[in-house]
Amino acid sequence: MNLPALPLLQQLVVLLAALVLFLSFVLLAQSRLVSAIHAFAWQGALVAAVTAVVALTGDSHHLYFSAGLTLVLKALLIPWMLHRQVRRLELERHSETLQRPALAIMAAVGLVIFSSWLVLPMVAEELTFTRNIVAISLAVVLIGFLMMVVRQQAVAQVLGFMSIENGLFLAAVSATGGMPLIVELGVAFDVLVAMVLFGVFFFQIRESIDSLDVDRLNRLSETADVAVEDRP
Amino acid sequence: MDATLTPSAWLLALVQALLYLALAPLMVGWVRKVKARLQNRRGASPFQPYRDLRKLLFKETRVAHTASPLFRVAPYVVFVATWVAAASVPLVTIDLPTAVVADIIVLVGLLALARVFLTLAGMDVGTAFGGMGASREMMISALAEPAMLMAVFTLAMTAHSTNLGSVIDHHLGDAFVLRPSYLFAFAGLTLVALAETGRIPVDNPSTHLELTMVHEAMLLEYSGRHLALMEWAAQIKLMLYGVLVANVFVPWGIARDLAPASLAIGLGAILLKLMALGIALALAETVLAKMRLFRVPAFLNLALLLSLLGLLSHVILEVGA
Amino acid sequence: MTALLLTLLAPLLGALLLALLRPPVAGGWLNLAISSLTLAAAAWLAWLVALDGEVAGRLVGVGFRVDAFNVYLVVLTAFVGLTTSIFSRPYMRHVRAEGRVYLGGIRVYHSMYQTFMLTMLLALTTDNLGVLWVAVEGATLATVLLVSLYRTPEAIEAAWKYFILCGVGIALALFGTVLTYFAAQHVDFRSAAQPGAGLIWSALYAHAGELDPTVMRIAFVFLLVGYGTKVGLVPMHQWLPDAHSEGPTPMSAVLSGLLLNVALYALVRFKMLVDGSLAATDSPHLAGALLMGFGLVSFMVAGLFLHRQRDIKRMFSYSSIEHMGLMTFAFGLGGPLATFGALLHMLVHSLTKSAIFVTVGHAAHIAGSQGIDKIRGLIRTQPAVGWSLLIGVAAIAGFPPFGVFTSEFLLLTATMQAQPWLTLPLLTGLAIAFAGLFRHLHPMVYGVAPEGQRPVQANLIPVAVHLGLVLWLGLAIPGFLAEWLNRATQLITGASLL
Repeated sequence: MNLPALPLLQQLVVLLAALVLFLSFVLLAQSRLVSAIHAFAWQGALVAAVTAVVALTGDSHHLYFSAGLTLVLKALLIPWMLHRQVRRLELERHSETLQRPALAIMAAVGLVIFSSWLVLPMVAEELTFTRNIVAISLAVVLIGFLMMVVRQQAVAQVLGFMSIENGLFLAAVSATGGMPLIVELGVAFDVLVAMVLFGVFFFQIRESIDSLDVDRLNRLSETADVAVEDRP
Repeated sequence: MDATLTPSAWLLALVQALLYLALAPLMVGWVRKVKARLQNRRGASPFQPYRDLRKLLFKETRVAHTASPLFRVAPYVVFVATWVAAASVPLVTIDLPTAVVADIIVLVGLLALARVFLTLAGMDVGTAFGGMGASREMMISALAEPAMLMAVFTLAMTAHSTNLGSVIDHHLGDAFVLRPSYLFAFAGLTLVALAETGRIPVDNPSTHLELTMVHEAMLLEYSGRHLALMEWAAQIKLMLYGVLVANVFVPWGIARDLAPASLAIGLGAILLKLMALGIALALAETVLAKMRLFRVPAFLNLALLLSLLGLLSHVILEVGA
Repeated sequence: MTALLLTLLAPLLGALLLALLRPPVAGGWLNLAISSLTLAAAAWLAWLVALDGEVAGRLVGVGFRVDAFNVYLVVLTAFVGLTTSIFSRPYMRHVRAEGRVYLGGIRVYHSMYQTFMLTMLLALTTDNLGVLWVAVEGATLATVLLVSLYRTPEAIEAAWKYFILCGVGIALALFGTVLTYFAAQHVDFRSAAQPGAGLIWSALYAHAGELDPTVMRIAFVFLLVGYGTKVGLVPMHQWLPDAHSEGPTPMSAVLSGLLLNVALYALVRFKMLVDGSLAATDSPHLAGALLMGFGLVSFMVAGLFLHRQRDIKRMFSYSSIEHMGLMTFAFGLGGPLATFGALLHMLVHSLTKSAIFVTVGHAAHIAGSQGIDKIRGLIRTQPAVGWSLLIGVAAIAGFPPFGVFTSEFLLLTATMQAQPWLTLPLLTGLAIAFAGLFRHLHPMVYGVAPEGQRPVQANLIPVAVHLGLVLWLGLAIPGFLAEWLNRATQLITGASLL
């Protein structure tokens, strides 16, 4: 593909997608919780912007609606909820010590290369533009996974989860021009409910282990010989 | 490029190289002036660095007893290497005989040569500060150089050439294109430039606070003519990075032929760009605080990441087979 | 269409009603009533499908299509939902009396029970792959609070694991769904005059040959990992034993009996699309081979893990993984015989496993613990529970004359026909699982009962009904059911068995 050959608006989509990927890296390496939430909000705003630009280029009007939905949900509502919970859990100044941040970043770079390799066989003349965006969204999804693996803090894991959703939205919007409205509404509803439930769990976990470090949730495993008989 | 090998073109190349010498102190003065205004001070005249240089040049030059000959040679090597490196970066026009050697890798090599002599000189006398500054400088540059090379390769891959002139020419030849790779390379290169020229938040050029200084620590033993050359080289380096960033990422205005009119436009354009960059730098230095030395690797890792992302987004998004 | 509407509306309204109902005492009865209503509507729907072959329509902009394959699962879901709700009423009362659940928790439980039923039925009946995903994700969200209902540290840990693993897994499935939609972008859906036809399963199936095979191949890998997490395929099974052992027992029964089936159903639907798309390429059986591989690994690994369990519910959840692995393997094998066997196995496994979980609930109640070494001498203390457990385990282990034996026999025969050398690992796996189950079962049923162990008030009607049905299916499959399964087989494989 030749980037200069694309119309300006599609170039803008490519640019915004690249920025979404960058914010995934920021999320991965950001040890301060509040800053990570801000980065997540920006990522949501960028995905909304991509949706809006795709809506401008195409003729599917429901995309304007879904751009607005993404903006409200991903850039405003969920970050606000997370922010409030972080405040109520008194974690504003919390900053996690990352284990080997450089290694995580390098792994993420590896994931980007892997995703671009994975979509390479999708060869078709007209598809190149979207194929590359699919690679970027896949990378965002995989980096979200990586974040959930690397981070031990429950809120940070939720951020990883939500950034996976951002990657999925990006894929849906830029590769296919948006899913049907009813599906998008359903997905958005699921994400919102998931967020509410995560909020409930933050408090339950805190009550249970007095911390949000989910690595300390280790009572159930095949190797640990926990005395099951103590439980009714 | 046959037309460029005429005597007048060679003359122009020489003038361009001399322009670097002449304008570098002014740029530093300009940044200081703007910074002073931002901090509600009147500040010295932008021409103050010229006066400082003149003063130093005519002062007696003292050398420590323990210094080896390397200590005396180093200022000249540093100065000449930096200057030659600067002269290879297109300033006003890309259509010059020097453009043939204006290869990015040569540029990086020349700067590395200057740095090696700078750090050797810093360690030569054997004072604590010199050695400390040298080791810090090496730590920063070891991290900054890969980032810079990566950013530069991103540009080179777009233009299919490591020649600066061709890169700029290619960029000018294209219509307006939104390249994510350029955005990342720009951000990465800017961070590298801040680190390499010893600006806030990596180093503070206007302090001699013993615990934090990097560049100044290596120059502590120099005086007179030697110090003037070292300072001048640092100023040229700042201007070099400024011109590099300005002309590669915002090349519009640079002359593509040797007609007097376009040369005049080119000169005006680069002066405007450098002024704007100077204001941006002063603003950034006013807003940001210097970071602790142990945070510097994180800063440079960010630069490396940005350059890497530039490379990746070029491969994935822009070429994409 | 009315029947379908009723099937979906009953749990929807039930969930809302139960959420609003103040005194939660009546919740159990209402839950039961709604479940019976759902079953009645599902039976009506099945009758309509039996008459016309297919019921299709649109509700609130979502396409629905019910054919022989999914109506069979709809009826199964509604049936197990009803029998479990019969068990759950006294069970929850008992749990409440023990003080393990706060008062509001009972309300949450009943409301989420119906929400879960709704998502299951929605996932089964919808024709839209996006809505299918939304429903399966909704099932996670509905059950996650139930897993942590007891608020013990273990329960919260299990729920968190369940939430994170399934949420992440299902996100991959959505990526696969997006890729499927992407693959369908250049297909010309003239026949289907619906917007977003690229997500309508029936439209996609009609044009399966035109889907971009490269994209579908990648999409299926994501779908397999995504929905496979929900099926409990190894190595994405980590959540399953935890969620089953820490949640309330009726929850374990419906998770094992229904949720896993629905996830597998989704995989089979996608396999049909991928098979159609890859038919002309050099790897036409890719989807089947992947399913076989994952299925076989899950089957073997889960069988081995059975041996080292110390918690009775964990043990039976590993048994669920084992059986889901077997079904996945069979669907991957393809062909009418294997598919018929897999469908039958789905039915008998759901019935047997939910019966076992109900019995286990009583057994744990008697012993006051879920620890295998605390449950002793059930047959002496309460013969009905002891015998139920013994018969249930005999049935699930594949003893003749129970239905599980029939279906496993069919599966083995099909394997011998298609891939003879794979019969060996299958038989080994069955033997390992058999040994694993019986080694734990024996002391639990026959061992010496501890002092002071008393019988509890048990409601074993659901168990008797389920095990009776399984026995009947083992002795003789009724003609209408065979015809029904045959039609489903025909839908999936394109060939008829009978």
